[in-house]
Amino acid sequence: MKILVCISHVPDTTSKINFTDGDTKFDTNGVQFVINPNDEFGLTRAMWFKEKQGATVDVVNVGGPETEPTLRKALAIGADGAIRVNTTATDGFAVAKQLADVIKNGSYDLVIAGRESIDYNGGMVPGMIAGLTNANFVNNCISLEVDGTNAKAVREIDGGKETVSTTLPLVIGGQKGLVEESDLRIPNMRGIMMARQKPLTIVEPNGITTETTTVKFEKPAPKGAVKLVSPDNLDELVNLLHNEAKVI
Amino acid sequence: MNTMYFTEEHQLFRQSLQDFLKKEVVPHIDKWEKTGTIERFIWKKFGDMGFFGLNYPEQYGGLNLDLFYTVIFLEELQKINSGGFAAAMWAHAYLAMTHVNKEGNHEIKEKYLTPSITGDKIGCLCITEPFGGSDVAGMRTTAEKKGDTYVLNGSKTFITNGIYSDYLVVAAKTNPDAGHHGMSIFILDRDTKGVSATKLDKLGWRASDTGEIAFDNVVVPANQLMGEEGKGFPYIMQHFALERLIMGINAHARAEFALEYALQYMSERTAFGKTIDKFQALRHKVADFYTEMEICKEFNYSVAYRLNKGEYVVKEATMSKLQSTKMADEVIYGCLQFLGGYGYMEDYPLARLLRDSRLGPIGGGTSEILREIIAKMVIDKKDYKPAT
Ligand SMILES: Cc1cc2nc3c(=O)[nH]c(=O)nc-3n(C[C@H](O)[C@H](O)[C@H](O)COP(=O)(O)OP(=O)(O)OC[C@H]3O[C@@H](n4cnc5c(N)ncnc54)[C@H](O)[C@@H]3O)c2cc1C
Repeated sequence: MKILVCISHVPDTTSKINFTDGDTKFDTNGVQFVINPNDEFGLTRAMWFKEKQGATVDVVNVGGPETEPTLRKALAIGADGAIRVNTTATDGFAVAKQLADVIKNGSYDLVIAGRESIDYNGGMVPGMIAGLTNANFVNNCISLEVDGTNAKAVREIDGGKETVSTTLPLVIGGQKGLVEESDLRIPNMRGIMMARQKPLTIVEPNGITTETTTVKFEKPAPKGAVKLVSPDNLDELVNLLHNEAKVI
Repeated sequence: MNTMYFTEEHQLFRQSLQDFLKKEVVPHIDKWEKTGTIERFIWKKFGDMGFFGLNYPEQYGGLNLDLFYTVIFLEELQKINSGGFAAAMWAHAYLAMTHVNKEGNHEIKEKYLTPSITGDKIGCLCITEPFGGSDVAGMRTTAEKKGDTYVLNGSKTFITNGIYSDYLVVAAKTNPDAGHHGMSIFILDRDTKGVSATKLDKLGWRASDTGEIAFDNVVVPANQLMGEEGKGFPYIMQHFALERLIMGINAHARAEFALEYALQYMSERTAFGKTIDKFQALRHKVADFYTEMEICKEFNYSVAYRLNKGEYVVKEATMSKLQSTKMADEVIYGCLQFLGGYGYMEDYPLARLLRDSRLGPIGGGTSEILREIIAKMVIDKKDYKPAT
């Protein structure tokens, strides 16, 4: 089984978010980047397929050279090879078109993407690449097993779960549940040293143009000051909630 | 990232180590600080990750990497706020293991170095004695040759990993009349008959088991002698360069940690209607502290670079420890002040950091002794040569 894990290079969740260029670009200054958490769950599940079922695992990212450390980390965790499509990721459709070509060229049986990346939260790429490559698709996937060309996936639905039976080729939009946080792997020294010898192939983009433009990013309004009310002063609390906040 | 010394691979290692420490070590630190006992499982995990083998030959399971991996190892260990935990790890990996690697023969390396790299055996280095630490040549522990054994008598004190380690690297006089020419280095197992240890209570480094060790007619097979008989003193002196640089690096890293923490705190704490990082009196102090810390850091990196190339940097490593530990104590004292009363509270990191940092100008050669060495080198033109 040939697996491709799509890896998004995203700011660490503790990063301070700011914008530049008239609020149209994310300010990467001083920001630490990590593997998108949803993708990391997927990558860890892919490692399981590699170790238990002899799958080969490649990782792919659409992005500039600054994303290579993230791909190297995936190699250090255990992926066999990495591909970087050498273009800036603009919108979901453009990324999906680039990825679809990589998938077709590599004849992958299973593509594991994250349900969404935690930077722009588009959540469109997995579904689009399934469409563009004529593969089956399971989104919000929290469990995946593969037996030959048959797959059994569980997806999270509002308030419950749905078990789906399907076949390869398959694209999933994965998330926590594929593996748990405690299963995530920290690359050890051998992994880091081996990553040096593994291929990181740079592929030129296929010329797709982006049809959307960001006009403006906005942050939520800053939180107002906190008013502390003593637990002995419930009347004051009721008064504030009723007259000032007007919520009761 | 300082790209003069660190590559993308170093950076990947740093991130992995940070993630590992956060996940596997930090949740246990407060407990280990209280009990003074670092649980055994973490040694094994360090070994499994390959962290003890950074600087050691592949033949014994190491990775034989450049010294900047060690620099990262040391720096990150200083940033989880337990000088004691850090000491336990680096005293094993760089005090005990350095001697095993440099002076041990193949059999000794197979028996001790390989399991030290995997985290199955922990080591300690025993040089200091109750009668004197600075005057290394004046040590009183003896190793008398009897047939194909040596018999050790004497005592050592302030030994890091002195209680829970599995083996001891011990300096003793094989020829007490020959001054520093009469010293040799032995390796022995903890359970050898006649070895006993007592745990010491201390100001800081509370997670670390500092011990006093007694040798009462301890019979050691002659093949547990490491290197040549009588060469102990130059061996010790030779490794002091690395040891002192390690303590210099530790110092700049904990000062940096203190500053990063304090800056964060100062950006949130308000007084007189503004955050306290807006008060000029404090801002100028921060500027001075950062400058002093960065200068030490850059100097330490350059000494590490030269040591990595095989240069004998005794003078520079001595200066590194002298200056960086002084800087760290001043910076940490100042950062504690930035936190006001919270600096004094155990719930905030500066209190422990202040205690732990105080060992810097004492352990591994006091600042007074370091000044003596530097003075001899720069005034009397004394030249320290590597042991051959
Ligand atoms: C927590 C801790 C961990 C340690 N870990 C280890 C370890 O793992 N292995 C090990 O072998 N040792 C270890 N040490 C010992 C440490 O290296 C010694 O404490 C240190 O070398 C000083 O020796 P001393 O304590 O005997 O002080 P002394 O030598 O008694 O010195 C006392 C004072 O006199 C000053 N002094 C001495 N001689 C001179 C001189 N010629 N000129 C001017 N001033 C002088 C000293 O600077 C000091 O201020 C550790 C110590 C501590 C506290």
